[in-house]
Amino acid sequence: MDVVTVEHLSKSYGDLRVISDISFSVHQGEVLAIIGPSGSGKSTLLRAITHLETATSGTIAICGTRILDSGVYADAATLRSALLKLGLVFQDFNLFPHFSVLRNVTEAQVRVLRRGKAEAREVALALLEKMGLAGKASAYPCELSGGQKQRVSIARALALDPQVLLFDEPTSALDPELTGEILKVIRNLAAEKMTMVVVTHEMGFARDVADRAMLIDAGVIVEEGPARELIDNPRNERTRAFLKRFSQTSQL
Amino acid sequence: MVKMLGTMLEASVVSLELFALTLLFAVPLALLVALGRMSASRLVSIPIHVYILVMRGTPLILQIIFVYFAPYYLFEASYDRFTAVIVAFTLNYAAYFAEIFRGGIQSIPRGQHEAAKVLGFTRADTFFRIVLPQVVKRILPASANEVITLVKDTALAQTIGVAELFRVAQNASARQFSTTPIFIAGVFYFVANWAVSELFLRAERKLAYYS
Repeated sequence: MDVVTVEHLSKSYGDLRVISDISFSVHQGEVLAIIGPSGSGKSTLLRAITHLETATSGTIAICGTRILDSGVYADAATLRSALLKLGLVFQDFNLFPHFSVLRNVTEAQVRVLRRGKAEAREVALALLEKMGLAGKASAYPCELSGGQKQRVSIARALALDPQVLLFDEPTSALDPELTGEILKVIRNLAAEKMTMVVVTHEMGFARDVADRAMLIDAGVIVEEGPARELIDNPRNERTRAFLKRFSQTSQL
Repeated sequence: MVKMLGTMLEASVVSLELFALTLLFAVPLALLVALGRMSASRLVSIPIHVYILVMRGTPLILQIIFVYFAPYYLFEASYDRFTAVIVAFTLNYAAYFAEIFRGGIQSIPRGQHEAAKVLGFTRADTFFRIVLPQVVKRILPASANEVITLVKDTALAQTIGVAELFRVAQNASARQFSTTPIFIAGVFYFVANWAVSELFLRAERKLAYYS
């Protein structure tokens, strides 16, 4: 089954079209990498799917529930319960600074899923352990490195048992050393068949970890296909140009 | 001398009541005013903007007089002076606090709201559990200023004849042909504000565990 289905999605700010008639789906258990130049609409696409931005037209379905149907949003209750099936990891973490690491991971479980405190704590500790943060449960976000913060935010998203985890440039705020740390976590999740959509500038990572890749430029899907094939042998001229420019800058 | 100190202590209780009741009413009202000021509806935000302009743009002493005498001239109804002072102080201080709250609320990064939304928090939970605690930390220094000013502003209650500390001290000075009681009152205000400063410092230290 498709976890996310997007049909003819468009988003404009006034006259500026940032997403233009995009259609694609995310299949259960796959990792989809979204690549493309800065300002191409990749992040906006993720933000539209998670309802942080409102789309102008199109249809979005999450696990079969249409949250946006031909440009019309579902009612608040439907929207809320469908959106809970999505987890989003931000570029700049957005941890809650006044909560300990543990509470960052338990709070939504308790408030939103109405889990008991003991159960939430257990879930959180297991996830933190998995993220290599077992000793950091009582620390505060300001005491962590960027890579650790991002791992907490992944644990925070996973704690709500999402059907799909969306990453919005999860390593762009990190230096290369810490980037590897996060990519390893995503790689491990991929091995567990977690469904993921990763907006990224890490081409090597996209090639190795993603099942499929999608290149977005100027708000449209330029090319889509198996990740390795798309990155190694792009068919489209624009994809070629983008990847060439990219490999040049990463060699600098 | 002992008798004079006794009456001054009694009067400071009145000042303290003015202070405490004003805070009690002004702070929650200020939160509502701040939210209204930020409302997307101009029908709400513009009248509140005007209210803040008037409250901050005219002397508090005039507002006290207005609140006490306006009902008398309009409806020939008179009411308790103490109540009038509380009403005037509350309306005035809520305007100032509201702007402090607004600054604090708007300083919280958008990412905090977005993270809360994606995690499924309701709007109320987002505001009261995620945003407001962080706002409190940020507005403590500015709020301390307001609270300290309020301690001293209670002296304005004498304008409509409330026997608060400064009024009583002035009367005592007039009777004794000496400025000593007024300076003693000064010490009272100073000690009260010292305590206020200490409390705020302690609160700041308590919230220093995160940044």
